[in-house]
Amino acid sequence: MADQHVHTHQLDNGLTLLVEPMRAVQSASFSLSVPAGVVYEDDQRNGTSAILCDLMTRGAGNLNTRMLSDKLDHLGLQRGESVGWNHMSFSGATLAENLIPALDIYADIVQRPRLPEDEFEPVVAGVRQSLRATEDEPRQKVIIELRKRCYDSPWGRPTDGSLSDLPNVSYEHVRQLFDRSLRPNGAILGIAGNVDVETVQDAVERAFSSWEAGPAVPIVRGERGPARDHITSDSNQTHIGLAYDSVPYRDDDYYTAWAAVSILSGGSSSRLFTEVRERRGLCYSVYATLNSLLEEGRVLAYAGTTPERAQETLDVTVQEIRKLNEGIDESELDRVKAGAKSALIMQQESTGSRASSLVRDWFHLRRTVPLDEVHRRIDSLTVGDLLRFVSEHPPLDFTLLTIGPVALEVPDVVS
Amino acid sequence: MSFHEHHLDNGLPVIAELSDEVHSSAVGFFVRTGSRDETPEIAGVSHFLEHMVFKGTAKYSADDVNRIFDEIGAKYNASTSEEVTLFYAAVLPEYLPRAFELLASLMQPTLRADDFDMEKQVILEEILMYEDMPSFTAYEKVMSAHFADHPLGNSILGTQESISELTVEQMRSYHASRYQTANITLAVAGRAAWDEVLRLAERHCSDWPQGIPDRRTDEAQPEGQIAIFPRENSLQQHVMQLAVAPPATNDLRYAADLLSVIVGDDSGSRLYWEVVDPGYAEAAEIGYNEYDGSGTWMSYLSCEPEDTLTNLGRMQSVFERVNQDGVSEEEIEQARNKALSRIVLRSERPMGRLASLGSNWVYRNEYRSVTDDLEAYRAITPDDITSLLKQYPLGQTTTVAVGPLEALV
Repeated sequence: MADQHVHTHQLDNGLTLLVEPMRAVQSASFSLSVPAGVVYEDDQRNGTSAILCDLMTRGAGNLNTRMLSDKLDHLGLQRGESVGWNHMSFSGATLAENLIPALDIYADIVQRPRLPEDEFEPVVAGVRQSLRATEDEPRQKVIIELRKRCYDSPWGRPTDGSLSDLPNVSYEHVRQLFDRSLRPNGAILGIAGNVDVETVQDAVERAFSSWEAGPAVPIVRGERGPARDHITSDSNQTHIGLAYDSVPYRDDDYYTAWAAVSILSGGSSSRLFTEVRERRGLCYSVYATLNSLLEEGRVLAYAGTTPERAQETLDVTVQEIRKLNEGIDESELDRVKAGAKSALIMQQESTGSRASSLVRDWFHLRRTVPLDEVHRRIDSLTVGDLLRFVSEHPPLDFTLLTIGPVALEVPDVVS
Repeated sequence: MSFHEHHLDNGLPVIAELSDEVHSSAVGFFVRTGSRDETPEIAGVSHFLEHMVFKGTAKYSADDVNRIFDEIGAKYNASTSEEVTLFYAAVLPEYLPRAFELLASLMQPTLRADDFDMEKQVILEEILMYEDMPSFTAYEKVMSAHFADHPLGNSILGTQESISELTVEQMRSYHASRYQTANITLAVAGRAAWDEVLRLAERHCSDWPQGIPDRRTDEAQPEGQIAIFPRENSLQQHVMQLAVAPPATNDLRYAADLLSVIVGDDSGSRLYWEVVDPGYAEAAEIGYNEYDGSGTWMSYLSCEPEDTLTNLGRMQSVFERVNQDGVSEEEIEQARNKALSRIVLRSERPMGRLASLGSNWVYRNEYRSVTDDLEAYRAITPDDITSLLKQYPLGQTTTVAVGPLEALV
């Protein structure tokens, strides 16, 4: 793997700055995560974060909403805002020379947003409509609803909000979430691209050092939804969501868990694709993926198929997941390693993926992980490691959610 | 960065843009064939064939194909549009020869009958999956309504009926007539040596059948219509509209692209400020699509059903103002900066360059560097936009609505 240096700097107020210079590119990307995700929302007010996130970009500091947007566009910034479970994230990519002017604007967005009250209703309307659009797409909806049933509240909350909660959210609630959550301690700024570390650090100090730290907000654990559920819909396909416990990113066994899921659903020679799609032609789309919160992880699996073939699809999928502990071929693990190696190397061609990886590493581990280290850890895995992991974490307690015309029978093997 | 070009003796064009600054190599076969080259009885065959290609050859079974690509950690896939079927793989440079050999051999697939029957089930599932996505349904329906009898209106996926009735013999004959050397472009981008690319091409592609398949490329003359597809249980209304825009070979295409950013980008555009920012709609956008001989302005609206007509009116008045008054120098400057940074960011990955390299060759038989593209955008003036609008005004010629509404009145 090529030379890679990540510079870490903590501001006095607690903001963590991570910079990875990349010489071969012309661009630079940033990802700024602030601790204002949905887990910090009030109960029954899911959607507060989504509304706040949109409202924060509608004018900040000296700029009104229009001026702010125009200025970012003039900088050629390709930008995105998103709400997650722990964080709200602002990210952008542009030509490297435009990075610092863009960061100055984001310093205003997180510290001095205008949060215009007269734009509250339009923002809510936008959030409501995007939730309604998701209702029309069962393939997306099944995973959102599955999370509510396999993670305790508030970690199972939908990040885009809930239609039923939206009427409970007032402008004042949004303001309160801003006041208690937007703080530098717990915020992480990752930057990757053709930048000079010192120049960037000076600029960040200048723009963010007057941001005042605040107290951390406690999170109260609540309940989760039922482990077996069905939502009736007149969709063409039955959409199957399946989840079982795994380990989080910070766990020593994370890469083992990741490799085990990749044997199931990595490349196109992986087991689910081969058995469900290639051998039986049951689905177009079938996958499993490892999802990690700070302290817990789940494998989330999806398959979509016609109602009359849905039962067989579920049976075969569950059977393949359970069969992992019966044996794994050396060659299957070799393929997973080859895929990981090329993905890691290709990550060095994207400033955006590097910036977000830096933030992710820091959030979960309080350090950044060199690509070399990830490569070494994956490369040293053995079939024995994977089998041990699967026997220590047997996929027993499945959460099953289906959306479609009829519910499915829970297969015998699902305990 | 260096560009290279060569034709094999059998007529296959080989092009490459190579660089040592990147970590990977991307190889792609751009086959100039798609749904517009199909007759009604074989509707969907191009896309079905794209799937069947990965079922292998006499030498490689379907399992071999999946396994070998995974063994070398290839990021590979394929796509089918109205006019191009693309097969590509991005790999670490040391695996380029292996990826190349496999991908090239797949261009002459065996098309076994039992694989065909199994994959037919997957295609039928894919059709149903997309039918559960209202915005995709709107796209299919609006293309069909707008282009009517013109082949660009053909469905990419085909229908349950056409796919169910398709035979493997029909697919074999379609393949034989379309996958000929003058109809395929081999492109390589990223880290590789040109003499090695040539060697691989000679070795794995020189026995491919020659031939110049034809295609009807007359410019479509849409008459326009309104079509409603009610879905009573949907919550949002999805509307797509098409109007005539410059074809792929027209030099106005850069101005058209820039204008679509000014008027219809998903943020900071005229439609955004008029319709999305005030919360009237979830999405209100316009994009420019170029085709062989034709082009479209494609606008999309997603909103609450009862607001649909008002929002379509808002979009119409945005279009009318632009058609009448053009756009300002400042708007051009802002859209240009967005476009330039998109081009640069996309070009940093070999896969991004491959897409641009291949389509410039397939559509225009030309090479354009990143610098050429940047220059073209820098040169655009308000007068260019005005002459574009005179010839190709923004409009709502054809309208398709998918959602709860039974009528658009």
